[in-house]
Amino acid sequence: MSNSLEIKDLNVSIGERQILKNFSLTVPKGEVHAIMGPNGTGKSTLAKALAGHEDYAVTSGSALLDGEEIIGQEPDAIARAGLFMAFQYPSEIPGVSIANFIRAALVARQPKGAPFDAKAYYAELYKKMDALKMDRKFTARSVNEGFSGGEKKRCEILQMMMLQPKYAIMDETDSGLDIDALRIVADGVNAMRGPDIGIVVITHYQRLLDYIVPDKVHVMYDGRIVHSGDKNLALELEAKGYDWVKKELAA
Amino acid sequence: MNAFPPNDTDSSIDIGEADAETAAAIDIDREKGNFSFKEDYAYDAGVGLNAGAVDYITDVKGEPDWVREFRHKALKIFESKPLPTHWGSKDLENIDFAKIRYYLAKGQKPSRTWDEVPDDVKETFERLGIPEQERKFLAGVEAQFDSESAYSRMKEELSKQGVIFVGPTEGLKEHAEVFRKYFGKVIPAADNKFAALNSAVFSGGSFIYVPKGVKVAQPLQAYFRINAENFGQFERTLIIADEGAEVTYMEGCTAPKFDTATLHSAVVELVALKGAKIQYITVQNWATNVFNLVTKRGVAEEGAEIRWIDCNIGSRLTMKYPAVVLKGEHARGEVISIALASENQTQDTGAKMIHAASHTTSNIVSKSISVGNGLASYRGQVHIPKSLSHCKNNTECDALLINTNSRTDTYPAITVRGSQNSTQHEASVSKVSAEQIFYMMQRGLSEGEAMSLAVNGFINDLVQEFPMEYSVELKRLVELEMEGSVG
Ligand SMILES: Nc1ncnc2c1ncn2[C@@H]1O[C@H](COP(=O)(O)OP(=O)(O)OP(=O)(O)O)[C@@H](O)[C@H]1O
Ligand SMILES: [Mg+2]
Repeated sequence: MSNSLEIKDLNVSIGERQILKNFSLTVPKGEVHAIMGPNGTGKSTLAKALAGHEDYAVTSGSALLDGEEIIGQEPDAIARAGLFMAFQYPSEIPGVSIANFIRAALVARQPKGAPFDAKAYYAELYKKMDALKMDRKFTARSVNEGFSGGEKKRCEILQMMMLQPKYAIMDETDSGLDIDALRIVADGVNAMRGPDIGIVVITHYQRLLDYIVPDKVHVMYDGRIVHSGDKNLALELEAKGYDWVKKELAA
Repeated sequence: MNAFPPNDTDSSIDIGEADAETAAAIDIDREKGNFSFKEDYAYDAGVGLNAGAVDYITDVKGEPDWVREFRHKALKIFESKPLPTHWGSKDLENIDFAKIRYYLAKGQKPSRTWDEVPDDVKETFERLGIPEQERKFLAGVEAQFDSESAYSRMKEELSKQGVIFVGPTEGLKEHAEVFRKYFGKVIPAADNKFAALNSAVFSGGSFIYVPKGVKVAQPLQAYFRINAENFGQFERTLIIADEGAEVTYMEGCTAPKFDTATLHSAVVELVALKGAKIQYITVQNWATNVFNLVTKRGVAEEGAEIRWIDCNIGSRLTMKYPAVVLKGEHARGEVISIALASENQTQDTGAKMIHAASHTTSNIVSKSISVGNGLASYRGQVHIPKSLSHCKNNTECDALLINTNSRTDTYPAITVRGSQNSTQHEASVSKVSAEQIFYMMQRGLSEGEAMSLAVNGFINDLVQEFPMEYSVELKRLVELEMEGSVG
């Protein structure tokens, strides 16, 4: 499928240790997939390997973004090809304002030397910040520096809304958010939903999926997907925990 | 005068005629407010430093005897003083003083056509957004940057207020009384070997006098009058702000100056009389083969303020520690500095604050960036003796390291005695982490762009202190440096 993010038999190691084991998943545009799974099963590893992080060595397998191989490309090329990752632990960049950072990211997507419409940019930025109920004063603050956990997550979603990716992987965006913030962020993501974007939501909690209702839910364990279902699978997990998945696998 | 140095063997030049022509060229042109030199001005002081070369320079400039004596005395000091090897870098020992030309007239400068300028140089100008006219000057194609009309207008404006803004040669001739009173007093020739060298062979620079109570609205820019001499190797600048006067001076520009001279040694003296304010702003971007050894010092009288705002990029070795002597009560001194050392470069920079009166305040903020095996160090000296009271110093030095083999050193040397005096010292060392770079690249920035954003973020608060047009150029310059560093 050329209109999807197609991950096939991905094997990823960190150092000597293999984390992803023949991981496969296809996310068509227009859909939201949730990935759930115990700590340390490789959910963040999946996100970072797809984003081209150099510490995560892809030993075999492929990932096609609308038919184009992204494995082996530089992180910035993958990002510009349309993959966005909302970080579980976003980095701080002292002295670089949010406004300048997002602007630089947008400029990087333009042809070299093309004029940048600053007025339109700020109008758009403020609109999205209003939607996320972020104080406009935030634009002048350094990226993630001194932000609360929830503010960092909101800032990730703001970037995602501004950069309009083709595919987004949101790594535990709900952790650290209070109930109100969760709803606001979910509203933001829901507003982005549509035929032009495929979204992967990594989460530990059913709660987020009440707001962002997924088309599919996958259970990840020991480096691969072991179970897939619809949104009810998340409810089942919430009720039963992961033990039954493990038992089922052992059987 | 037959002052040609004997070791200039490949020259067959009629010296007497050269002198007359030289003097005429300088004087006549100066009178018109035109600083250009004649094209066929093909004479110089030869190679190597000796009494003959000093005489040659003094003759060419038609200087009075006291200046000739000043130069000769300085030469003796230079010859007798050892290199300051306890500071900075052993690399100083690699300077071969005998191989240097100490006075270059235009005809001796390498001249080339625009077509001969390397493409990467042209691209640098393009990227920095340097105006067309200035590019030719900076690339060594043209002897001067044609800003005469702008400069003349400014000069007229200034002379109405009684402000003097000329080169040192004109200063010492036409304004001898005030010039002589302060020249070489803030930084005596004996201060250090390179101050002595400059005192012996200085040429180019600025002389500024701002009369009592006059506040010069526009920053005075060396940029407005850049020409071959102004961008000389041994510039000499003296700025005097009389009581209650205020002036800002800016030197340098962000474009690298492409020339063959490898030793640059300037001396800058500032005098802020009672209640005066002087702000001296420098942005320098040297070619990687240049030794840049500068002595800068100001004296602040009662209630006066001196600020050095300094940005050093490039060069093989830069040694520069702007100083303020706080001589009168309630005087204030400040040094704000940015230093960026890329591969194979050493930036040994810092500040000196000498408190010599009670109730004086000093502030030092230094940010240095070391890339690869580049080494940017902070070296400072704050001195508050026991006899004084109510003196305050604040010193902040932050270092940013890029690439694991970078290193940095800080030598703050703060001596504060007396219970009524206080100092505050903060230092930090940070790194641009791989995770930060990955985060930025995940947003679509190239590695170089990510790196320059991180560096520009690090110096952002200090860049605000530079005038608008400089700060924009500075940011672009950092981008160029960082993109170059990731290859
Ligand atoms: N940079 C790294 N260096 C060494 N080990 C790592 C690194 N990143 C991840 N790991 C290890 O790989 C395994 C998978 O980690 P990963 O972060 O992908 O798990 P996760 O499913 O996202 O867990 P969580 O739910 O806690 O976020 C863990 O055992 C982790 O310790
Ligand atoms: Mg994780």
